[in-house]
Amino acid sequence: MHNIWTITRREYNYYFSNPAAYLVAFMVLLILGILFYANITAAILQQYPASVQIIIGPLTTLLLFATPAITMRLLAEEQRSGTMELLLTTPIRDWELILGKWLGAFLFVLTIVLTSLIFPVFLNQMVEPGIDQGLLISGYLGVLLFSAALVAIGVAVSSLFSNQIAAFFSTLGVYLLLWLIGTPAQAMGGAGSKLLSYLDFGEHFYATFFQGIVDMSDVVYYLSVTALALFLGTISIEVRRWR
Amino acid sequence: MIQVEGLTKYYGQRVAIEDLNFSAHKGEILGFLGPNGAGKTTTMRILCGYMPPSMGTARVAGYDVVEQSLEVRRRIGYLPETVPLYQDMTVYGYLKYMADLRRLPNAEDRVDEVLELVHMVDRADGYVGNLSKGMRQRIGLAQALLHRPEVLILDEPTIGLDPAQIHEVRKMIQEIGRERTVLLSTHILSEAQQICNRVLIINNGRIVAEDSPENLQARLTGAQRVYLRVRGDSDGLEAIVAGTEGVVWVSKKSDAELEFETFPGKDPTPMVARAVVQAGYELMELKPVGMSLEDIFLRLTRDEPEHPQIGSPLDENTIQRV
Repeated sequence: MHNIWTITRREYNYYFSNPAAYLVAFMVLLILGILFYANITAAILQQYPASVQIIIGPLTTLLLFATPAITMRLLAEEQRSGTMELLLTTPIRDWELILGKWLGAFLFVLTIVLTSLIFPVFLNQMVEPGIDQGLLISGYLGVLLFSAALVAIGVAVSSLFSNQIAAFFSTLGVYLLLWLIGTPAQAMGGAGSKLLSYLDFGEHFYATFFQGIVDMSDVVYYLSVTALALFLGTISIEVRRWR
Repeated sequence: MIQVEGLTKYYGQRVAIEDLNFSAHKGEILGFLGPNGAGKTTTMRILCGYMPPSMGTARVAGYDVVEQSLEVRRRIGYLPETVPLYQDMTVYGYLKYMADLRRLPNAEDRVDEVLELVHMVDRADGYVGNLSKGMRQRIGLAQALLHRPEVLILDEPTIGLDPAQIHEVRKMIQEIGRERTVLLSTHILSEAQQICNRVLIINNGRIVAEDSPENLQARLTGAQRVYLRVRGDSDGLEAIVAGTEGVVWVSKKSDAELEFETFPGKDPTPMVARAVVQAGYELMELKPVGMSLEDIFLRLTRDEPEHPQIGSPLDENTIQRV
């Protein structure tokens, strides 16, 4: 645990000493703010009650594009600069390294997500009789589980590369694949369609968390994806040793 | 401290090291000498637990590098060839991170200690990215010393340093080597000669020779190198010396000086003296000089060491006798 925490602390602090990471966080919150403003204006003009969905929906999509930028360097940079050799010859286990990296990046994403809570607070002031608390909690719980899985995939992909740009686009590619895998399912039908829509990343979010429903099967889905990705990341480090 | 048996590593089809056997004791500085690509770094990486060997075993402080990798890693300080540093960290922050990864008690105090050891206290708050090559090397060394390792593995510790820094780093290694085991790689022979108790010469993944620097030199100097000086002009002198039987090659040192090497077992020096005098030169000096480790190294790592016609490739002025 100590080892994991040492790495986590280093990674988390890194983001706060790095202008690029600030920029990513700032852009997410800025775009979220602009969309929030636009949606609120529309809601007022057309006189319908705005729900927290106008925050959680865009936040999910933004994280899909921002997370690769946060995770791309995690292991790729260590490999490029040769510090991997250092880490792999200190007495820490490969899975501790992966877990520490994941937790560091996840906490940074978590920081962005928690900062975005100012928008629901605003919204709560604006609408009568206040926002739907249940939807807020389920939605943010969904975002948390969703981003835990995104970060884990990012860590695993980063372990395959020594080039950050390659890691970025490959990570984004994996996300989009998982994000869109359910789409052909609608046309297919049958057991294959069931499988594809089960694998779909968005399906487990929009159908439940986003509607205010917390279903254990979705929690299990995101936790499984996270665990699987971290496991594959560890394997990838071990394979790297044997080459 | 270090025991290596039958160590072999393949990268795909390519053999990086083959059947290495050696050991190192406590308080010994073992030099790993060889040209680039000889397998030095591979061997060191295996010893540090960075990667497993394809065959054979290696034990460090009694622990197997594959089976008990973590125990080995706790006892080894490693300085890789390209000093791995985090550019965004301060010197202090970097060493503190390394100390935390190694779970050192009183990490702060220990970091201060090693900073003092490598004379970097005044740069503790500077960013690693702004350091000169020599300073980076010292920080790398500090990192390797943090946990007072029983075994220190240094891959080309003096590469890229200026002469003053080289001197300093060598002195430091010698101090450390008194109570620990040091394995260092180098392709500079004088370095091995100066700081090592024992030298392993490795080429194409095999150990070519293993001995003390003194013995290695003695062992190979059946062949002798002779220094010759004449007064005044020496035009044509090289050809005369090279033409004498028993001379392997001649190398011109300056206008009036040259050196030649003899076949092992034969000593053509008197014949050379006679030939030189008969040709009308005024012979001033003729004396045997010991072969440098450089020559020995070239001999040992040459593909056909018995072939006499190869001149010292280090020297452009070498005339080869055909």
